Amino acid sequence: MPSTSDGEILARGLVKTYTPRGSAPVRALDGLDLSVAPGTVLGLLGPNGAGKSTTVKILTTLARPDAGRAVVAGNDVARRPDAVRRAIGVVAQRSGVDPVATGRENLVLQARLHGLSGRDARARADALLERFLLTEAAGRRADTYSGGMQRRLDVALGLVHRPRILFLDEPTTGLDPEARAAMWAEISRLAREEGVTVLLTTHYLEEADRLAGGGGRIAVVDRGKVVAEGTPDELKGALRGDAVHLELGPSADLREACRVVAAVPGTREVRGVGSRGVSARADDGAAAVPAVLAALQAAGAPAASVTVARPSLDDVYLRVTGRRYAAEAAEDETPAEQHHEEVAV
Amino acid sequence: MATAEMGTVFTHGRYLTGRRLRAVLRQPAFVGVGLVQPVIWMFLFGQLFKKIVDLPGFGSGNYLDFLVPGVVAMNAMNGAMWAGMGAMEEIQRGTLDRFLTAPTSRVALMTATVAEMAVTTAAQTAIILVLGRVGGAHYPGGAAGIAVVVAASVLVGTVFGGMSNAIGMTVREREAIIGVNVFLMLPLTFLSSAFMAPTLMPSWMRHIAACNPVDWAVRSGRLALAAHPDWPGVAWRLGALAALAVAAVALSVLTFRSYQRSV
Repeated sequence: MPSTSDGEILARGLVKTYTPRGSAPVRALDGLDLSVAPGTVLGLLGPNGAGKSTTVKILTTLARPDAGRAVVAGNDVARRPDAVRRAIGVVAQRSGVDPVATGRENLVLQARLHGLSGRDARARADALLERFLLTEAAGRRADTYSGGMQRRLDVALGLVHRPRILFLDEPTTGLDPEARAAMWAEISRLAREEGVTVLLTTHYLEEADRLAGGGGRIAVVDRGKVVAEGTPDELKGALRGDAVHLELGPSADLREACRVVAAVPGTREVRGVGSRGVSARADDGAAAVPAVLAALQAAGAPAASVTVARPSLDDVYLRVTGRRYAAEAAEDETPAEQHHEEVAV
Repeated sequence: MATAEMGTVFTHGRYLTGRRLRAVLRQPAFVGVGLVQPVIWMFLFGQLFKKIVDLPGFGSGNYLDFLVPGVVAMNAMNGAMWAGMGAMEEIQRGTLDRFLTAPTSRVALMTATVAEMAVTTAAQTAIILVLGRVGGAHYPGGAAGIAVVVAASVLVGTVFGGMSNAIGMTVREREAIIGVNVFLMLPLTFLSSAFMAPTLMPSWMRHIAACNPVDWAVRSGRLALAAHPDWPGVAWRLGALAALAVAAVALSVLTFRSYQRSV
């Protein structure tokens, strides 16, 4: 059994089976474990159908698990759902905005349901409208809002009562790149400046990487279980093998250069590429680069440029599930992410 | 239920009813569109069966006087039967989930739907009564009679609205609601005394009609509008309607649990 001091969000052995009408039961969650420390961001990463949304529904008291236990903000979700509801903000995959009400009316109602007085509710609504750049549209019906505006209103609705914990289910799906970047900035800011614990789901590798970048963590969900968990760097570091690619100067001897690079401790799989390229793998690419450059310099074959390609989350996904993420998520048109750190020499 | 909890039901009910009424006021056309059918029935049937009152044993002088409470009850049932569509829309839109993940009173969520429907039904009933009057109907029962007609329409609306909500929340298919409504609407209307005096009905129909909530609404209204109302007859029917209404709302509140199991 989880103790309440381990984290803001704890889940142990969550199981949930659905029986869609006229078809066989689907095991959406198959013993999912999770733990999120206060004030941190956890990204649940996985393709559609992996069990991310079901996890969020259980943690936000919307659905009951068939087995397992979850504790959110110190309260068991099954036994004290109302205490959980007071502590959390939820931004669901489907917008919860009332289209016939104005942006302000939506916010004021949500604030009042959370127990704010009329005056406090209106003040809070105005502050959030301003913060989410909706002041001008505040008096307009929400069905006149653009997709991005509606999403911002959704997040504002989730924050109306200053929750300790914010759940965001696919917060940026359907947003244009600009709106997505703004959403990322807002989520990072919430965790960093306001100490809000954030659990978000995404099927974008890039998004998980980015949001969990500043000390946050990623949990890779596959077939109803968490199959890998850690900071993006930990997950990628576990793969032990950055790709290091060198372009040599015009005077270099490729074979000699390959021999020199292979002699540097920590490098392996050294190959010549084309007429002046050398590629290798290194346990820690960034650490190997200075030694490689120095050795080449000493051997009279200085490099013109060097690129270190870190293992991507795609590689991590491949390793823990045995499948390529890009193929899983093909229906979502998510290109496999490539993370390059280029160093000019 | 604890006092604090009751307070929450009341305040949340107020906020949520306000939200729904605001939506109705922003789309007032819906209230009017819903009235088209019953009004057509009222004048069509009022003309078509005008002479029906001459049948021995019908016992009423003016068919429109007889018909108005029938049309009122029919309209209340018709409108309320589609409440489940609204419930489904709230689910599909995500609004319901937003309320359910906040500490919103579940009872208030359902009673807000009922309260909004009650206001809408009462307004429609008033419009039908006025149109009936314009068409030549008389309401000798006066204000008390009219109050009973409005109350009966609200109660019968609550019964069918609560049931429709329960279906919407559990089955969550438009086809199911349409199917149930098409199946029930005409039998419930014609197995009542909305259009025909019970004394002239075949006896099996009369017996079924006596157990039909729509008939309770029709007859309590009709009795109360008479020059010399049969108050006990009004009272038991209104009481039965009220009991059914409470049961229907309770049932629809329970459906939140089934929703929680299925999402």
